[in-house]
Amino acid sequence: MQPYLDFEKPLIELETKIRELKQYSTTDTSFSSEIEKLEKKAEKLHKEIFSKLSRWQRTQLARVPGRPFTLEYVNYIFTDWFEMHGDRLYRDDPAIVCGFARLEGEPCAIIGHQKGRDTKEKVYRNFGMPHPEGYRKALRIMKMAEEFELPIFTFVDTPGAFPGIGAEERGQAEAIARNLREMAGLKVPVITTVTGEGGSGGALAIAVANRVLMMEYSIYSVISPEGCAAILWGDGGMAPQAAEALKLTAQDIDALGDVIDDVIPEPSGGAHNDPEAAAKNVKEYLLKNLNELKYLSPDELVEHRYQKFRAMTRIQE
Amino acid sequence: MAWFKKSKAPLPKASDKKVHMPEGLWTKCQNCQEIIYSKEIERNWNVCPKCDYHFRITSQERLDLILDKDSFVEMDVELKPKDFLDFKDSKKYRDRIKAAIKKRAINEAVICGEGTINELPVMVAVLDFGYMGGSMGSVVGEKITRAIEHAIDHRRPVIIFSSSGGARMQESIMSLMQMAKTSAALMRLKEMNLPFISVLLDPTTGGVTASFAMLGDINMAEPRALIGFAGPRVIEQTIRQELPEGFQRAEYLLEHGMVDMIVRRSEMKDRISQVLRMFFKS
Ligand SMILES: [Zn+2]
Repeated sequence: MQPYLDFEKPLIELETKIRELKQYSTTDTSFSSEIEKLEKKAEKLHKEIFSKLSRWQRTQLARVPGRPFTLEYVNYIFTDWFEMHGDRLYRDDPAIVCGFARLEGEPCAIIGHQKGRDTKEKVYRNFGMPHPEGYRKALRIMKMAEEFELPIFTFVDTPGAFPGIGAEERGQAEAIARNLREMAGLKVPVITTVTGEGGSGGALAIAVANRVLMMEYSIYSVISPEGCAAILWGDGGMAPQAAEALKLTAQDIDALGDVIDDVIPEPSGGAHNDPEAAAKNVKEYLLKNLNELKYLSPDELVEHRYQKFRAMTRIQE
Repeated sequence: MAWFKKSKAPLPKASDKKVHMPEGLWTKCQNCQEIIYSKEIERNWNVCPKCDYHFRITSQERLDLILDKDSFVEMDVELKPKDFLDFKDSKKYRDRIKAAIKKRAINEAVICGEGTINELPVMVAVLDFGYMGGSMGSVVGEKITRAIEHAIDHRRPVIIFSSSGGARMQESIMSLMQMAKTSAALMRLKEMNLPFISVLLDPTTGGVTASFAMLGDINMAEPRALIGFAGPRVIEQTIRQELPEGFQRAEYLLEHGMVDMIVRRSEMKDRISQVLRMFFKS
């Protein structure tokens, strides 16, 4: 069973009861109407819970441990994948995976944050928090994609760039800044999908794209709700309030009108309930967006990307 | 601008940090603790004559220090930030904006314009730490982008003086996007072979460091300025380890190859002038 969240508890209890009844019903058919009734109830409860999720609950969904990560999307969506390692300067950063593969037969580059499943892998992947070498590896692969005229797909799912001594020493800020500038000049199509957590500069450093898509239960924010709460409320425990104020859900950001291009629907209850179906939706949106960008020349792609971010402004009249 | 672990102890607000301005007849240096005649500090570029500590100065004082007298023409003076998210923590963002405008007598946390340095025309932007911690919201990003685009159109070098806590939380995702917007403008500046000097002042952290402030062809810093991606408290809480002496100070960044030179305030104008003339043929 998938790990579940607090607000899903009544639903999980109901579903467990249905499962138990179903086991008995193989020997006793008198349960069948009861099961039907409970299933209807479960369906209603599910709708109820998911139709009025708070922003904090959506944040928890975006972080749910069973959510598909970049390598799963790669597995479901692309073929012919091989991974590339290292920034050629310091080391390989497992918190960002890079490589090449084919989308419907066409070669492309893939870059994405990678979290871990079990404790050991979580530590290995540093919880999806890259060091500068991760961003420098990503840039190396993006430049390579540009050289060989391949479109770039990036997948964003990080709490943020890692705040540590080594990261600072090796220029975390410089690595992120350089990516922002260099991505702006890439002469190939760049399409970003925020699959889980879009954690501030650490997310943006691989997300200066022609098209930015967000999964239905993903978030994208300048700071984590916990961090925002600690600074503005003086109490990290006020994260639910901070999440409300930050308006960080895919729906909030879509409503701004000019930051993202599409919200990709997820299977009922979230991508973790059916990763394959989630990946199928992602693939559909990637193909649609790539097709629309195909008609732009290299210079037009750069201009298109520049104008997209250039327009993001809110001024008091 | 970073991943925080849940903390029990409330963090002090970056914007509440007292900017130690010499006021009154005597000033106590926060570095060496000496009590010094205020006029003496002022005459010494707002630098402590005993220990060389560089006091924080306002954006207006910075411009006076760097540009030729009466050469500055400010641009986009009127642009004010907008509370488009109705952001509210203990205070409403719109009230914070009003208070900042009143306190600093400027509309946003950056002053941009044209001026001359030893007669060389330049585009200059100065972030104002006293205005909401010099944080970058969409108007700060817009003004800096316009300044860079103006420099491209008129073939001027760009100098940006940064002192900032990072991206402005009250504008959420729109603040984050300013990092991409300003960096993209610098990509264009670079294509036009126009020099960009980034001067990092105390303190420069978060989304400002991780965008235009680290992208100088020449990165300069004032002595002992705190410069980093994550703030020292966040790092301490994350790794649960004490930070090394001098960590994230200008001298540390010089040692680790992140800035080209540390420049004392008294020498800043002439050094900028010298550097620009090396690369720029007007
Ligand atoms: Zn002193």
